[in-house]
Amino acid sequence: MDYVSISSNFLFASFIIYMVAIVFFAFTIRDKNKEHKQTKAGTVGIVLTIIGFISQIGYFITRWIASHHAPVSNMFEYMTFFGMMLVFAFIILYFIYKVDLLGLFILPVSVVVIGYASVFPQEISPLVPSLKSHWLYIHVTTVSLGEGILAVSFGAGLIYLIRQVDQTVRSKKTFWLEFIMYSILSVIAFVAVSTTFGAMDYSIEFQHSETETTVVYSMPAIAAPNDGVMLTEDKMSPLFKAPGWMNGAEAGRKLNSLIWSLLGGLVLYGLLRLIFRKRITAALQPRVKKSNPELLDEITYRAVTIGFPVFTLGGLIFASIWAQEAWDRFWGWDPKEVWALITWFFYAAFLHLRLSRGWHGEKSAWLAVIGFAIIMFNLVVVNLVISGLHSYAS
Amino acid sequence: MNEIKCECGHVNPEGTVLCEACGKPIERNQHIDGNEKSKLLNMRYEGSARRSKTRNQTVVDKIWIFFSSVKVGVWLIVLTLIASIIGTILPQEMYIPQNVEAADHYRDEYGLFGQIYYQLGFHNLYSSWWYILLIASIGVSLVICSIDRVVPLYRALKRQKPKRHSNFIRRQRLFGKTENVKQADIDQVVSRLKKKRYRISEENGHILAEKGRFSRWGPYVNHIGLIIVLIAAILRSMSFFYIEDYVWVREGETKLIPQTDGQYFIKNNDFIMDVYDENDERYAEAIKKNGEMIPSNYETKAEIYKVKGDTIPGQDPELTKVNEGEIRVNEPLTVEDISLYQASYQLNEFQSMSFKLHLSDDENESPIGEFTFDMNNPKKEYDLGNGYRVVVDDYFPEFFMEEGVPDTKSKYPKKPAFIFFVYGPDIEDYEVNFLTIGANLNPHNNNQYKISITGVDMRDVTGLTVKRDHTLPFFAVGAIIFMIGVVQGMYWYHRRVWIHPRENEVWIAAHTNKNWYGLKKDIESSLEGTDFNIPDDQQELK
Repeated sequence: MDYVSISSNFLFASFIIYMVAIVFFAFTIRDKNKEHKQTKAGTVGIVLTIIGFISQIGYFITRWIASHHAPVSNMFEYMTFFGMMLVFAFIILYFIYKVDLLGLFILPVSVVVIGYASVFPQEISPLVPSLKSHWLYIHVTTVSLGEGILAVSFGAGLIYLIRQVDQTVRSKKTFWLEFIMYSILSVIAFVAVSTTFGAMDYSIEFQHSETETTVVYSMPAIAAPNDGVMLTEDKMSPLFKAPGWMNGAEAGRKLNSLIWSLLGGLVLYGLLRLIFRKRITAALQPRVKKSNPELLDEITYRAVTIGFPVFTLGGLIFASIWAQEAWDRFWGWDPKEVWALITWFFYAAFLHLRLSRGWHGEKSAWLAVIGFAIIMFNLVVVNLVISGLHSYAS
Repeated sequence: MNEIKCECGHVNPEGTVLCEACGKPIERNQHIDGNEKSKLLNMRYEGSARRSKTRNQTVVDKIWIFFSSVKVGVWLIVLTLIASIIGTILPQEMYIPQNVEAADHYRDEYGLFGQIYYQLGFHNLYSSWWYILLIASIGVSLVICSIDRVVPLYRALKRQKPKRHSNFIRRQRLFGKTENVKQADIDQVVSRLKKKRYRISEENGHILAEKGRFSRWGPYVNHIGLIIVLIAAILRSMSFFYIEDYVWVREGETKLIPQTDGQYFIKNNDFIMDVYDENDERYAEAIKKNGEMIPSNYETKAEIYKVKGDTIPGQDPELTKVNEGEIRVNEPLTVEDISLYQASYQLNEFQSMSFKLHLSDDENESPIGEFTFDMNNPKKEYDLGNGYRVVVDDYFPEFFMEEGVPDTKSKYPKKPAFIFFVYGPDIEDYEVNFLTIGANLNPHNNNQYKISITGVDMRDVTGLTVKRDHTLPFFAVGAIIFMIGVVQGMYWYHRRVWIHPRENEVWIAAHTNKNWYGLKKDIESSLEGTDFNIPDDQQELK
């Protein structure tokens, strides 16, 4: 077996192991033990998580050997690595606070991230000259570790909100909590739809007249490219065309994927609502009641205090050093750079707000959620939609 | 100034909320930190007297109060954050194609929205006066916030005494009472805390165990780092500190490096562009998917020369080689304080073209005369001998037709075209030849003679950024100090435990600036097995 297949096997193994770990963390809810007491299920969960993590390190090393460079150079590799760092950050915070619930919320996020990564092209690609630098892995690994730690604060904040937000009445808060759930479900739906049609080798081609390129859809077309003519026959014809302001050949394809994810998310959400017969977060609330809100608030804050310096070092300082070498300027207001700065500003504001009493607890938790949204925006939207020097899409 | 004498005997400056020495809340100042409504004391800045809370008479005071507010600071950060987001909605002007007018580009590409975006100046948002003003305000806020707090905080921490006022102890977040405690238990707790690296001080049986005080200075240290970074950004606008220029050097050419006062020259010996081998198994699939070659290396083999002695105007300077090497992406070449970066390239630019003159109806095209047009040294006229000569009427380095009239897009010979006038002993007046690669368009079609291309010489051009940047060390120092500051402030914690004996009971209170969980664990393990009750967490989140 060659290194490439060994590495994909490792990755697949860790993906499965994380899922099993989630099941064990889910068992901890049923335990009648009081808070803080370590449960057997929790111990199994964390041991499995560590095994999965080691397996993923195996993936990382073998893929590095195979590709001759650190596997953090395209969307698949980067998202996978981010998922891994999220698990690593969870392991660290688990050993500080021993909160099993955290595993139940962080690991699924990690699994979704890795699943999302798998949608992108997985073949080993060579490095263009500007990426050929040791700073590639110094910068990328540090920044994603920082983001992973910051994401743990999202996990803790989310549990806090599910526990604390009043579910007896409908409110803005319950709406946004449901919205978070729906967003996660939409990503799951996207992964499911992509994988399904990918396995079927589904493809439709469109001729985009403006740029004279052929656009290949790998999902049934709901929205056609703005100026597109369908070349493939015997396939479902698109329901409508992308609006005129969506320029570019790929815009229609991206819009189509977005529509699929939002619809798929809606279906999943609807199913869960049917099963629970109440809001998803309302259904989850009794299961997290056992947790200690003070402790969750502390984890939210603590994860930010640990992650912020790491993020600054990787996302701003190492990034600047590399940019200075590769592009002869350490700061160039490239969208990706700006979004790193926005993330940094956001968490700086968070840390300063914590100085006032009124911002502890629920407000902090909401901020942690927004912070995670900013990180994901930077990872996904900035890379795929707002093009720039970092764009992996083009 | 109205000083406040506490019942413990310590004299506090005006505006003090908690006595620096014993922590007793000073009644008339409790509104400052919002303690009057709350059971717990607000412990930030130790309740020390800050300038912003005591003086509000003059304009300076008002400005000071404005910028020293954390609330204002957070607002400034949030506004800058929102402005930064706006700047990423559409590409900034520096990232749009350079050959179009910005106004047209934003209108054509993004319609009405783009037009508004352009009109509002968002296409150059990060260098707009108001964005710079926002950043500068953050800088001012950093300085004033820090000065406002660090001095009183330092005083308060320095003057604190182990013996605290009972009111202070009772209103700490972690607080517990225990009756009838044996001295042996107290001693054991103290020795356990000592083992955990707490510094112990004692006053009449009142004990203070403290550790990690230096973490309190973290925020001020990191703010200093940020201020150095901002100062470095200001220095950048001065040419002594920062210069940026660009030079194109053709292969074989020696060119003056700009911004060096005519002192340095660069010679481009060779420009290399490598691509990945599509037959290499490792990357074959990715290259195939990419559809075109993927570059693996851009490199200029360069020699750097310095002018020897004084130059005499009109005479070529004498040069000595001072450095030699490859300039690659990610590997700049440095000469003294100037760095050269591989930034761009142009492959296959025309260096020279050779022509021959022959009879139009000669199938063999046997030359009557030949000449070579050198793009670097173009001549007006070429003598072919035997009375034949060619006059260059017009030369278009990068030829294109504009409304039927030939013109050039640039001065770079990327697609040369010529209008030649041929003179000869048997030619009445002259004959016109219009030539470009692959075409000889004779306006009259009855030419007796014809000019044909016999050969071309091509070469590559390398584009190098020239930089002098003396601000980098400032940025580096600022960044290092910032990192030290955040790590100091976030990875260490200032923890204090007070043991407060009363008549027949002992009180314990504790405070930390962050990580309460860790403090609780410290206390729990120190009190384990003693008669002490574990202190309660008096803060309840709703």
